[in-house]
Amino acid sequence: MSSNVESLYQEIILDHYKHPRGKGALEGAAGESYQVNPTCGDEVTVGVRVDDTGHVHVGYEGQGCSISQASASVMSELLDGASVSDMARAERAFVDLMHSKGSAEPDEEVLGDGVAFVGVAKYPARIKCALLPWMALQDARYKAGIEIDKSEG
Amino acid sequence: MSAALDVQRIRKDFPILSRTVRDGRDLVYLDSAATSQKPTAVLDAERHYYETSNAAVHRGAHQLAEEATDAYESARAAIAGFVSARSQDIVFTKNATEGLNLAAYAFSNGTAKSQWGAHIDPRFVLGPGDTVVVTEMEHHANLIPWQELCAKTGATLRWIGVDDDGRLRAEDFDIIDSTTKVVSVVHQSNILGTINPVREVMDRAREMGAVGIVDACQSIPHMSVDITSLGADLVAWSGHKMLGPTGIGLLWGTAEILDSMPPFLTGGSMIETVHMETSTFAPPPQRFEAGVPMVAQAVGLAAAVRYLEDVGMDSIAQHEHDLTGYMLEQLQALPGVRIIGPQENVSRGSAVSFVVEGVHPHDVGQLLDDRGVAVRVGHHCAWPTCRRFNVPATTRLSTYLYNDTSDIDAAIEGIKSAQKFFGVS
Repeated sequence: MSSNVESLYQEIILDHYKHPRGKGALEGAAGESYQVNPTCGDEVTVGVRVDDTGHVHVGYEGQGCSISQASASVMSELLDGASVSDMARAERAFVDLMHSKGSAEPDEEVLGDGVAFVGVAKYPARIKCALLPWMALQDARYKAGIEIDKSEG
Repeated sequence: MSAALDVQRIRKDFPILSRTVRDGRDLVYLDSAATSQKPTAVLDAERHYYETSNAAVHRGAHQLAEEATDAYESARAAIAGFVSARSQDIVFTKNATEGLNLAAYAFSNGTAKSQWGAHIDPRFVLGPGDTVVVTEMEHHANLIPWQELCAKTGATLRWIGVDDDGRLRAEDFDIIDSTTKVVSVVHQSNILGTINPVREVMDRAREMGAVGIVDACQSIPHMSVDITSLGADLVAWSGHKMLGPTGIGLLWGTAEILDSMPPFLTGGSMIETVHMETSTFAPPPQRFEAGVPMVAQAVGLAAAVRYLEDVGMDSIAQHEHDLTGYMLEQLQALPGVRIIGPQENVSRGSAVSFVVEGVHPHDVGQLLDDRGVAVRVGHHCAWPTCRRFNVPATTRLSTYLYNDTSDIDAAIEGIKSAQKFFGVS
């Protein structure tokens, strides 16, 4: 197996794929978004809300390849209970990471297990898989009217 | 009797097959149902045309224009000969998708114009109560144009279902009835590999007075097809799946139907007379070839056709039939692998789809790619067919004249290693 594909399928990613964290629809979601990757049929639905204390709650359901489903699991583990500004920072960092062509050195403080996706950025066809839950989050957040401050992070 | 193919000799004609991929792996190309590779003869023909005769066809008073026109029309004749058709019944299109849209637009344009008093052949006028029939195994290119036609005219879309083995349900053929205006059916499924009894379906369409259309993208490149024997009014297919360049497709029609059909794209080259208020149209095939056409691609495709004829279509079909048998056998022997489509090597082409329990097709494809094995994963532009089999996607191996059993072996080894990697074997 090549080193590139080994860095694509890091242990952390396979672990999230086989043992997804926090999978399940979010009850009382303020915004929900269903996204599909039309080239391969990966599907994910992300729900989001912010509670009275300013913490984010994220839930998801989906089916698809290891990269899309592990990405959803990592995202929900990272963001469920996070602050809105942490969510905004993570969202930006993950999108940047996917556009890095594999050369970035991601910050584990911001992205948690999301740093394992650095190898995905070398495979253009898989970037969409990894981004799918994050795009769903963005859309769900927009529908929920959760504003993020662009100047933060 | 067809002669056995000398695959090693054939492979030398395809420069791309000797390249390596992903850090020095030999390329194993098993994605010819998506697009085929091109032999040097095709590349040379295109280059030669541009170097010696390039000009706009069917116009211009100079020698180059004459030569270009001759090259274009000779290419049409060569391609017509390949499917036992008459040259004037072959229309060049951008691809098969455009050919099928050309057909669908004949109906929607006909319907729209008839409402304003134009004299249109009633076969091309649709409305509520009329039906359009397709199958549950169509490529999106032979589904969405008909959905759109129905949305524009108020007609109803119906479809012939698919059984668990990936065959058309013969008991559904009677949904083609007196309300049916169009029947458009795939000859060989790009996802299941099934070869359909199109003659039977087309005969039924004719009996009911419907226009019969066949999508032959996956059949004409792989077997000898006498196009008139399909019993269709129109047949669409593409050039790039039969060793030809991209950017060229074909639409064959009976002289009678082409003559009655309203045009699709309009503009230069497709006219007879033009006035400020109105115009009249050229006879087919020019009526359907607006603008400066894809001459170099036509020349390249004619070279592809000559190459295929030299090898022999019956030999190619036999070779691929044998490879298909080998693929089915090898895949069926793998625990956790399920073939989606006919299990038996009968009325079946060389596109073989399957799912691997516990490993998503995208991951199977990725791990095969890491070994240099190029396959297609996803819904293969046949999403409703995937739904029919309750799978989100499949992995597909598809062969051509340049493949042999060693390519299949490489794929099988790759599938085993993917199973091991994902801990499902």
